[in-house]
Amino acid sequence: MKSAVIVFPGSNCDRDLAVAFEQASGTRAQMVWHKETALPQGLDIIGIPGGFSFGDYLRCGAIAARSPICQAVVDFARRGGMVLGICNGFQVLTETGLLPGVLMRNAGIKFVCKDVDLQVETADSPFTSAYARGQVIRVPVAHHDGNYVAPPELVARLRAEDRVAFSYRDNPNGSTADIAGVLSENRRVLGMMPHPERRADPALGGTDGAGLFRSLADALATA
Amino acid sequence: MTTEPEITEELIAAHGLKPDEYAEILRLLNRPPSFTELGIFSAMWNEHCSYKSSKKWLRTLPTEGPQVICGPGENAGVVDIGDGQAVVFKMESHNHPSYIEPHQGAATGVGGILRDVFTMGARPIAAMNALSFGSVDHPRTRSLVHGVVEGIGSYGNCFGVPTIGGEVRFHPAYDGNCLVNAFAAGLADADKIFYSAASGVGMPVVYLGAKTGRDGVGGATMASAEFDETIEEKRPTVQVGDPFTEKRLLEACLELMRTGAVISIQDMGAAGLTCSAVEMGDKGELGVRLSLDAVPCREENMTAYEMMLSESQERMLMVLRPEKEAEAKAIFEKWDLDFAIVGETIGEDRFLVEHGGAVKADLPLRALSGSAPEYDRPWEAPAPAAALSEVPRIGPIAGLKALIGSPNYAGKQWVYEQYDHMVMADTIRRPGMGAGIVRVHGTEKALAFTADVTPRYCRANPRQGGRQAVAEAFRNLSAVGARPLATTDNLNFGNPEKPEIMGQFVGCIEGIGDACRALDMPIVSGNVSLYNETDGRAILPTPTIGAVGLLDGLDRIIAGPARPGDAAVLIGTDGGHLGQSALLWEAWGRAEGDAPPVDLEAERRNGDFLRAQHAAIRAATDLADGGLALAAFEMAEAAGTGVTLAEDDTGRLFGEDQARYLLAVDPAALDALLAAAEAAGVPARKLGGFGGETVTLGGDSAPLTELAQLYRGAFAAALG
Repeated sequence: MKSAVIVFPGSNCDRDLAVAFEQASGTRAQMVWHKETALPQGLDIIGIPGGFSFGDYLRCGAIAARSPICQAVVDFARRGGMVLGICNGFQVLTETGLLPGVLMRNAGIKFVCKDVDLQVETADSPFTSAYARGQVIRVPVAHHDGNYVAPPELVARLRAEDRVAFSYRDNPNGSTADIAGVLSENRRVLGMMPHPERRADPALGGTDGAGLFRSLADALATA
Repeated sequence: MTTEPEITEELIAAHGLKPDEYAEILRLLNRPPSFTELGIFSAMWNEHCSYKSSKKWLRTLPTEGPQVICGPGENAGVVDIGDGQAVVFKMESHNHPSYIEPHQGAATGVGGILRDVFTMGARPIAAMNALSFGSVDHPRTRSLVHGVVEGIGSYGNCFGVPTIGGEVRFHPAYDGNCLVNAFAAGLADADKIFYSAASGVGMPVVYLGAKTGRDGVGGATMASAEFDETIEEKRPTVQVGDPFTEKRLLEACLELMRTGAVISIQDMGAAGLTCSAVEMGDKGELGVRLSLDAVPCREENMTAYEMMLSESQERMLMVLRPEKEAEAKAIFEKWDLDFAIVGETIGEDRFLVEHGGAVKADLPLRALSGSAPEYDRPWEAPAPAAALSEVPRIGPIAGLKALIGSPNYAGKQWVYEQYDHMVMADTIRRPGMGAGIVRVHGTEKALAFTADVTPRYCRANPRQGGRQAVAEAFRNLSAVGARPLATTDNLNFGNPEKPEIMGQFVGCIEGIGDACRALDMPIVSGNVSLYNETDGRAILPTPTIGAVGLLDGLDRIIAGPARPGDAAVLIGTDGGHLGQSALLWEAWGRAEGDAPPVDLEAERRNGDFLRAQHAAIRAATDLADGGLALAAFEMAEAAGTGVTLAEDDTGRLFGEDQARYLLAVDPAALDALLAAAEAAGVPARKLGGFGGETVTLGGDSAPLTELAQLYRGAFAAALG
């Protein structure tokens, strides 16, 4: 599994994501600076990490989505490449148009950092195959703008196409239909607000998030 | 060029300089200072920067030990944690700015302390904050709490450091003057610490980071004055924080340090360019020439005075190896930060500031810091506290409810859920109970952090209060299995020109010194905040102690939680001291009696015992505010299981005697643990056990779920 993590100047979960990729696959992730215009050759998956890419003083992820590297990420995804965006990474992916919907200020207005229970809505993706559909996993959230907003017809379509990857059991941010993570049409791009990489190590109190990275390693080992 | 105003008595007074201080300036210069020079003197000689009232007493604190790599005097303290690594930490107040503009005041407090840590070459890995607010029903309290918590969160969350602990208290003595004490710790290689002393003549002085604006001009002077009703006029002296720039500054500085380009580095904190340039020159026994024309400004027509006193955030000053200039510049361009050569080191003892072709200041540099006034302020010891009169009877559960229903002792989820406490993915023990723990990245070691003080005790008996603050920090670290390493102190007091306030200060310092010596926790950094008064009314003496402990292996952590069936074991003597107790204050609004005495030998013996027995202990908590009853409830609540103690005496349940812990012990390990305690001379006694659905204290009982609901909801109900 050859992975890369995109680094914006305000990324702060880039190392965490790289550690999770490496723990699952045994291969070190390459860190790619946002001013690069091209990606390393032969990548299997790109991670867009959490953080505050450009301070998030405008819409979260809006400037990052227009950075040089993001054009390369979009091209990579359009050619069928796999992309995982977590937290700010999910915001970036919606801003690029690779994933539908938008992420708005939390319904409770405040930043929220705590463990939440997620329901795995589909095991039919390279990100979720190690889980069972309907399984409940406990993973932290940490965001100010995690309120996923989608019009009813989009929600209906996401459901019909089995593209809701995770939903909240106890919605922490007001997201439409409790949606916590969504897949692209080809199921090879996932964006999610919760942080599976923060719960992928027994020393940190649990490994419920490790299944996501194990799914990826399995999918890419057999690819 | 605009001409500078004439120096008048009013102008001198407005700069916070006393007549004798101005006379000393005239003596040093043999001429009247220019306006810019007056500003520079006021910045260097105010209380905040010069420690002129506190220096004499700070010198009495223990600051050395085999573990100490660098004690007080640099940006932060440095302590050895083995394997060639060091922890770098400090705590600092941002009280006055936070009262005036809570969000930005608190945010820039966090920014300042993070800069102190990464200036030394350390990557910040943990933050804490200790907050003191006025009474819950004071009209300003709620907005201050919201603003301060949001400000801390906005800065730390964006910067990317986990906020893993702290304190929040409410007391009417803080109605007009809240306290915001911010702590940060970072990790560095022990042989790659960066210091502020310049070396070499003719070396370029480089300005790094954000641009300079007019924000914060005169901030350090403002922080050294009492408040009155004109406070709203002081809003423009509060700086505005930009955590995104700080994050870039962190990464750029660490990258630059790896290239070997940095001779010395100093962050621009209080009194910005003035203080940083003078400190680098003074420590290196060099002079500094600054050319302000090169300073990156974000406002037009800034004067030399404004540039020298600006407290714009996210800026650094550095002395650079000239041959590395191009490499250094490229790194700052990569991070889109300003990089400008604004001067050079010079051989003479001189601080020369030029702007627009004119000399704006020409001062003897060493005298600016070395000749700062130092006062031996008169002080008087407070009268001994009156004995506690009779305490009314209260049922154990009613007493417990009075505590957990108060925002002082209720769960603080509302606060810490607004802080990212897991970023960096090394947080092992989250906020909520006792010390926070982070793993040392990529190792099996961990560091524990705690911030403690009990201001009620410090007012009743400053010396015991000072001891108790350190002892409680020692206990909180010991209760998670960590070996206490060292301490930072953030000393918040009222006006030192009043002998009774100075008496509180002196007493607390003596107590802190006693405890740091006895418990082998030297002070390696700190900060003094005086003049915390409004309209002549002082805060409670609040010497916040931040302490760091080391866990040599993750298997040494006493992690908890308790399990049903575990025995509840008291370490230490039975309680009974209700003077100045939380129960007395929360149940009846009474602050009477003496503070509990602190037996430092017992503290050490009991703490050492806990760490030695870590493998036999499932969960542990120290006994502090609220005594045995609150500790038992908190352990039960954290575990989601009930607890039963065979105690119903008010003194035993709520007494705040020191050197005590409550443990949860697997029944199979109990006999051995009690035997080991006896052998070690440590009092230990089984008081009951964990399990069931209720909290039962003697003959009184309530469902855990009902109490937990009160505990988890009370803070938000009062302040959310």
